[in-house]
Amino acid sequence: MTNAKFEAPPKGGFSFDLCKRNEMLLNKGLKAPGFLKTGTTIVGLIFQDGVILGADTRATEGPIVADKNCEKIHYMAPNIYCCGAGTAADTEAVTDMVSSQLKLHRYHTGRESRVVTSLTLLKTHLFRYQGYVSAALVLGGVDITGPHLHTIYPHGSTDTLPFATMGSGSLAAMSVFESKFREGLSKEEGIKLVCEAISSGIFNDLGSGSNVDVCVITKGNVEYLRNHVEPNPRTYTSAKGCTFTKPTEVLSTKVSLREKKAEVNEGGDAMEE
Amino acid sequence: MTKQQANWSPYDFNGGTCVAVAGADYCVIAADTRMSTGYNILTRDYSKICKLAEKSLLASSGFQADVRALQKHLEARHLIYQHQHNKQMSCPAMAQLLSNTLYYKRFFPYYAFNVLGGLDTEGKGCVFTYDAVGSYEKVGYSAQGSGAKLITPFLDNQLKSPSPLLLPVQDAVTPLSEAEAIDLVKTAFASATERDIYTGDNLEIVVLNKEGLRRDYMDLRKD
Repeated sequence: MTNAKFEAPPKGGFSFDLCKRNEMLLNKGLKAPGFLKTGTTIVGLIFQDGVILGADTRATEGPIVADKNCEKIHYMAPNIYCCGAGTAADTEAVTDMVSSQLKLHRYHTGRESRVVTSLTLLKTHLFRYQGYVSAALVLGGVDITGPHLHTIYPHGSTDTLPFATMGSGSLAAMSVFESKFREGLSKEEGIKLVCEAISSGIFNDLGSGSNVDVCVITKGNVEYLRNHVEPNPRTYTSAKGCTFTKPTEVLSTKVSLREKKAEVNEGGDAMEE
Repeated sequence: MTKQQANWSPYDFNGGTCVAVAGADYCVIAADTRMSTGYNILTRDYSKICKLAEKSLLASSGFQADVRALQKHLEARHLIYQHQHNKQMSCPAMAQLLSNTLYYKRFFPYYAFNVLGGLDTEGKGCVFTYDAVGSYEKVGYSAQGSGAKLITPFLDNQLKSPSPLLLPVQDAVTPLSEAEAIDLVKTAFASATERDIYTGDNLEIVVLNKEGLRRDYMDLRKD
């Protein structure tokens, strides 16, 4: 007996069909593949001429450092950049997608992108995915209406702040901002404060590490200071170096041409059982 | 009302890496000095190496509360041994004692991963490596803890050890000189610190030889 006629036609909205399946698979012991998480420190602040963004450069996969010098300050538009924390693939994909939409919007309107536009595009995307796109962002830029700084959480909520931190090192970095931030910082003071906040994350949070990246956005100008500070050089290198105790054995150095392609049998019996 | 259940764990993991290398007339025992939990550093200056007897040193990573309890227990047992026998316990005897102590808590284990290094009665270097419940083996070198999976293959490559199944029994000690062994250990730790977030801050190296005991320190990355 079918009761299909009693079911209301689909009206749109969310489909949570797969949630139940995924839960069942998880209970049955399915191990989801691990992703690259950027256990991160990212920060931003507004200074007298614009916005400064900062980030560390460590990417981790569990307890292992997967990338010692990754880039976490993403390009959004010529006057807007965005720091990303969370799953590396998500932060990269989401910023690339919105960056592309902003470019199309600029072609369409012939005007400079606004920070609020990218903020809306990012938050609508993240809200649509109900937090499953795990990207925590610090968005900063200077547009026609002045400098702007926002934080965006994975579920799509946003804040508008004079100084912001995100990622696993956010508390370490925020403690620096809360004690030393003031309005109307000069560029040098701003860069110094951002570096100090990121360094605090690098040294006190195990998810953050390596170098400090800084991005200074002012009206009509961007300075991307990649590896502005490198406070973590290797501490020891053996004077004699390390070699394999037994060198790799060379089995053959002879190079021969590949044999001619086998001829295809055009006969009709190839597919027979 | 929802079912109440124990969501508290008696264990934590405080990270850290321990390495020991045995030579013909020396033993190098090394460990980093970082103690952490989750993404937090608890202290940058915590020694994981404990001197149990004149010629046996224990380096342990895992849950440091359990490690400390284990160390205190072994120290007490060694004190009793000294009163009863009027001598220091040998390293192989301490190795067996440690194994028994760990197995005694088979169903509520000490969350401790140990490497015991020292000199045997002939003054030859010896290293014993353990799991948390007391399975142990005499080896020429060993790494335990969070960076062990990074360091072990490196040591395997540099110090090929003979199979323990070979007859007659092969000597497990490494052919390196003391200075070479220290150099190797420093390289191993500098490399592990590059990639393991739980290893870092400082390296403590203890060298046992016929002159006695020597402690060295080296800086590691602090991020």
